[in-house]
Amino acid sequence: MPDKIGRLPLWEVFIRGKRGLDHKHAGSIHAADGEQALQYARDPYPRRNEGCSIWVVKSADIIASQFEDNDSLFDPAIDKMIYRHPTFYDVPEDLKL
Amino acid sequence: MSGETTRQELFQYVIRLGDNALINGQRLAEWCGRGPFVEEDIAMTNIALDLVGRARMLLTYAGEVEGAGRTEDDLAYFRNEREFRNFQIMELPVGDFAFTTARQFFVDAYDYFYYRALQHSVDSTLAGIAAKTLKECEYHLRHSAEWMLRLGDGTEQSHAKISTAVAELMPFTYELFDADGIDRAMQANQIGVDLNTVEALWNEKVNNVLDEATLERPELKYTRSGGRQGLHSEHIGYLLAEMQSLQRAMPGQDW
Repeated sequence: MPDKIGRLPLWEVFIRGKRGLDHKHAGSIHAADGEQALQYARDPYPRRNEGCSIWVVKSADIIASQFEDNDSLFDPAIDKMIYRHPTFYDVPEDLKL
Repeated sequence: MSGETTRQELFQYVIRLGDNALINGQRLAEWCGRGPFVEEDIAMTNIALDLVGRARMLLTYAGEVEGAGRTEDDLAYFRNEREFRNFQIMELPVGDFAFTTARQFFVDAYDYFYYRALQHSVDSTLAGIAAKTLKECEYHLRHSAEWMLRLGDGTEQSHAKISTAVAELMPFTYELFDADGIDRAMQANQIGVDLNTVEALWNEKVNNVLDEATLERPELKYTRSGGRQGLHSEHIGYLLAEMQSLQRAMPGQDW
């Protein structure tokens, strides 16, 4: 159903560019239901020959972390997991990352 | 049948297909920037773009068949009303969203079954264009059929509007299947399609969707036809005036 100012529900669009890759968040669109969201997602997001799969999910169904929780969620990890990312190696200058 | 007769008939056959796509695309493009909301605006404009792309392929080919050196632009911009061979349903004013939806649904269903059959044409250019076009037709039909259900089985107001649109447009669908000598000649030499088969498939699809959309299929009290022979409603003149004005004022202008 449209909201108070006549907008349809918001959907987040995820596109998988190639077989074997992950779905990546591409953007969002308004649509009445899932089928329509898939149709509308097709126009702005997978341009021409890219894309082999589309997911849409209602934006309202996404549980997002809150900014004020950032300290408790992320700070402890910085102390405990310093070896998770290879930050202790010297990377040769001509190596392309 | 002489080669010259065949060539002229093929030219007529191809130009009809091209004109249908061009005029439908031009009409649908009137929604650009005026859609009910931005997603639908983009969807309709993309479909209009597909139709104009299809018209370009067909008119280019028509020019080649004619062999008089006319390009796609010559055919699109420098012919008058009576030389256009599109069905009248394509040129009717854009109307409201329900009218546009019903027109596209009737035409999309026709195009889908028509081009599916035309893929098997012995004319390899037409078969190739049909194969490419069919993928678009499938999406167009999915889009308009979905909206038929949404409007028909929606609110009281949407149901009333789409019912009116269906009633107004139904007499114009008669023409889609009103085959003439060129259609029959092209079917006989396996270049064209069997319109009876297309009509049966179209009826089945239209009846199913109308039924699911809780809409009644109105009885035909009168019919309209003549586009194949260049007979049109008054509306095509205004459409051409807008579409052709730039090329008429500055012939050959490019950008």
